[in-house]
Amino acid sequence: MGHKTALHAQHQALGAKLVDFSGWEMPLHYGSQVEEHNRVRQSAGMFDVSHMTIVDVAGAQARSFLRHLLANDVARLEHKGKALYSAMLNEQGGVIDDLIVYLMTEPGAAGEWYRLVVNCGTREKDLLWMADQALRFDVTLIEQPELAMIAVQGPKARQRAEQVLSESRARLISELKPFFGQESEGWFIARTGYTGEDGLEIMLPEDEAVEFWQQLAEAGVAPCGLGARDTLRLEAGMNLYGADMDESISPLEAAMGWTLALEPADRQFVGREALERMKAAGAPRRLVGLVLTGRGVLRGHQTVIVDGIGEGEITSGSFSPTLGHSIALARVPAGTGDTVEVDMRGKRVPVQVVRPPFVRHGEKVFS
Amino acid sequence: MSNVPNELKYVASHEWIRDEGDGVVAIGITDHAQDLLGDVVFVELPDVGAEVSAGDDAGVVESVKAASDVYAPLSGEVVAINEDLEDAPELVNSDPYGDGWFFKLKLSDAAELDELLDADGYAAHCDAES
Repeated sequence: MGHKTALHAQHQALGAKLVDFSGWEMPLHYGSQVEEHNRVRQSAGMFDVSHMTIVDVAGAQARSFLRHLLANDVARLEHKGKALYSAMLNEQGGVIDDLIVYLMTEPGAAGEWYRLVVNCGTREKDLLWMADQALRFDVTLIEQPELAMIAVQGPKARQRAEQVLSESRARLISELKPFFGQESEGWFIARTGYTGEDGLEIMLPEDEAVEFWQQLAEAGVAPCGLGARDTLRLEAGMNLYGADMDESISPLEAAMGWTLALEPADRQFVGREALERMKAAGAPRRLVGLVLTGRGVLRGHQTVIVDGIGEGEITSGSFSPTLGHSIALARVPAGTGDTVEVDMRGKRVPVQVVRPPFVRHGEKVFS
Repeated sequence: MSNVPNELKYVASHEWIRDEGDGVVAIGITDHAQDLLGDVVFVELPDVGAEVSAGDDAGVVESVKAASDVYAPLSGEVVAINEDLEDAPELVNSDPYGDGWFFKLKLSDAAELDELLDADGYAAHCDAES
C-alpha cells in the first residue's frame, strides 16, 4: 500500500474514494466531486495536501543559492513571509518543477531562511537536483516530512478557520495579506492556494492535524478531494505539473512567462541561456485556454487542429462546474487565432480560444 | 458494495435492462458504473426511432473524469429517451435504476433477453473485474 497522511483515517471515516497519487493513498472525492468544487466556490472547503514536499533552505548563502536555482528571483521578496511562485529549470530551460517559496525571516537578516513547497510527484528528482545544485553553496536543505498540510479554501475559509483557532492565530489570519505566510505557535499559516479563491494553506505538526481537521468540519468546512482540487485549479488557469508542463517544456510555452525574472540581466540562474535563446527566436508554441460551450468534455491529449497553421494538444481538460460547460488548457502553435477545432472522439468540434483564467472568486473572468 | 437489484437483467458492459412487458425494455447504467464514472455531466442518447443492434454504440455518458460509450444491450427500435437527463445528468448518479434511466427499446428479438446476466451473474462479473 502507498504512503498515508496523518489524516488517512479521517478520509476513510468520511467514506472517501481513495486513489493512488504518486505513491500516496489520497482522497479523490468524498461522494461528489462537483459538490465539493461548488462548496469551495461558494463557502469553504478543505484539502489534505500533506503529501506535498516541504523543503527548508537555510545557511549563509541561502539567498544566492535560490537566485541560482530558480527562474523567478527571491530578491523580489522584500518582506518577511512573502511568497513567490517560481519554476525550477534544467539547463535546457525545461521545467523540473513549479513551486512556492516563502521568505521566513526579515530580508537580509542574519540566519535568513526560506521554505519551499514542491510537488509530491517530483519529490525525489527535485531533492536530488537541489542537493546537486547546492554543492557549491553554503546552504542546508532540510525536508520537513513530519509536517501535515491542510488547505482551507473559499470565500468563507478564513472566517471559518478563525472561529476554531486560538486568539493569536485568528488575529494573524485576519491580518495576513494575500500571498504572505507567518509562523504562529509552531504552525505556518499562509494566505495562498490552488483554487482561485481566498484561503489558507496551513503547515502544522502531524499530531495536531486530526483535531484541526475535525474542528474545521464542525465549523462547516467541507472535506474536498483531489478531483475538486483539479477542476478548481483548472478554472483558475493554474498549471498542473506533469500535465501542462514538464522537463521538456519551456515556461515560455507554458504560460509561465510572468514568473521569469530576466532582470537583473547579470543574475545567472539555471536555464537562463536557453530561455533567452527561445525568447529571442520566439517561442514556437504557447499555452492557451479553450472553451466549449456546447455539449461534451474536452480531455487531456486530445488533438487541437489550427486551420492553416498546424496542430496542438490539450494538456488539461475537464468540465467546469462553475461555468456548466467544458474548459481546457492547450499547447498550440504560435499564431493561433480565436477559434480552433478539437478532435473529440473522432469528431472535429469548434472551440473558442481564450486567455486563462476562466474563473476567479466565483465569477467567470474570460470573454 | 454497489447496489444490484434482483429484478433487473445486466450485460458485462454495465448496462441494466428492465422488462416492461409488450416487448419493451428500459435501459440504463448500473450503480457500479456510475460509481466508477463519478459525477455525470452530459448524457448523449440515441434518437427516438433509431434501430440498434445488440452491442452497437447507443450513446455516450461523460463524467467529470471520463467519457464512456453506452452500448445497446439488445436489438430493437428506440421508442423513448429520458429527456430529463439533458438538464439533470446527475440523476444517473443519484438514481441509476430509476429516474436516471437512458432509453427504451421495442425489441426485435425477445429471445435475446435470455442471454442476459442475472443479478448474481453481474455481481460476480464486477468482482472479477475489480
